[in-house]
Amino acid sequence: MKDPGSVVKASSTPKKGPAGLGRLLGAVAFGLCFGFLLQKGGVAKYNVLVGQLLLQDFTVVKVMMTAVVVGMAGVLTLHHFAKVNLHIQPLRIGANLIGGLLFGAGFALLAYCPGTGAAALGQGSWDVLFGMAGLVIGSWIYAELSTRLQATVEKWGDKGKVTLPELFHLPRSFFIPGFILVLGVCLYILDLYTVR
Amino acid sequence: MKAIFTISLITLPSLSQAADLGANALDYGGGAWSPFVVGAGIGILSWLTFALAGKAIGASSFYATVAGFIGMVVAPGHTRSLKYYQDNPPRLDWGFAFVIATVLGGFLAAWSGGEIKDEWLHPMWTDRFGDSLLLRAAIGMAGGLLMAFGARLAGGCTSGHGISGTLQLSAGSWLTVIAMFIGGIATAMLLYLWL
Repeated sequence: MKDPGSVVKASSTPKKGPAGLGRLLGAVAFGLCFGFLLQKGGVAKYNVLVGQLLLQDFTVVKVMMTAVVVGMAGVLTLHHFAKVNLHIQPLRIGANLIGGLLFGAGFALLAYCPGTGAAALGQGSWDVLFGMAGLVIGSWIYAELSTRLQATVEKWGDKGKVTLPELFHLPRSFFIPGFILVLGVCLYILDLYTVR
Repeated sequence: MKAIFTISLITLPSLSQAADLGANALDYGGGAWSPFVVGAGIGILSWLTFALAGKAIGASSFYATVAGFIGMVVAPGHTRSLKYYQDNPPRLDWGFAFVIATVLGGFLAAWSGGEIKDEWLHPMWTDRFGDSLLLRAAIGMAGGLLMAFGARLAGGCTSGHGISGTLQLSAGSWLTVIAMFIGGIATAMLLYLWL
């Protein structure tokens, strides 16, 4: 079999469709569902998001971990049969660690993250607007420094587009079902021992 | 009599706050739907975005695109000279439409569930930090700034890394999401429980 990553799905909706408008309408449909689900799940709510960081309310981890388990099972199966391309992000130890820590600190200050914040705006939680202004400014600051950051921090521990099975030298056919099982057990235990 | 009433109004809330060992997020409302149902829905949504659009769900780059649009108006030459915007020219793309629609989706869910907030300050914020909108604006803006800078440095946010990257078993995404929670938990504990 050829490298599945290079195979583009042959269907009525090619990767770069002729109709840009059709693609955008698709994005709108997906975004509507995403925002709808986030709000219904309670993860557009200030206290649910802060509550997760205070380890009082585990809704966020339950939503994320379930999405990862279900998403992984489907997306990696589709990929196995060469129906989709993966979009693996590079492992850059310095940038992932520093960026992740800064992101977390900012998340605790604002209480909404970039995606849940969008749903929170739809819900009428206007305080997220301050955060959105900050998100735009922070993005600009990164862009201003992008040349320097890409030449320094983003080179620290740059291991390329590596996946967990590659990192641990385990076969995907063994790692993926095992990992899904482990995450599933974690979710079950989490549900047993948490109030919300 | 009036004086006693006034004093008790001032002292009672602060006494009860002192008796409380910090904030409790469970005192305020949760989600309307089960987190497992919502999580599964987002998981299935990711199958569809991968299969039908060749895209992974992500939100943070939207804000960089907005910053780029503003930059193209204010200082187009300078904006085009920046490495990030050379690699990611700002345009009304899939991710942009996705996040705009996320706002609408949030509205539809809140509206259908009778949960439209229409509020500038969440009760959990006012219970902890008071009702100064200026303080909320400053802290919120600082938070957004740190988040966007962190997300761009790490290569994604709680959606792009936290869901889409981790479900593809991307090692960098797992490292990032662990760092996000460490930074988030430490800062939140400091803000709501220890300070």
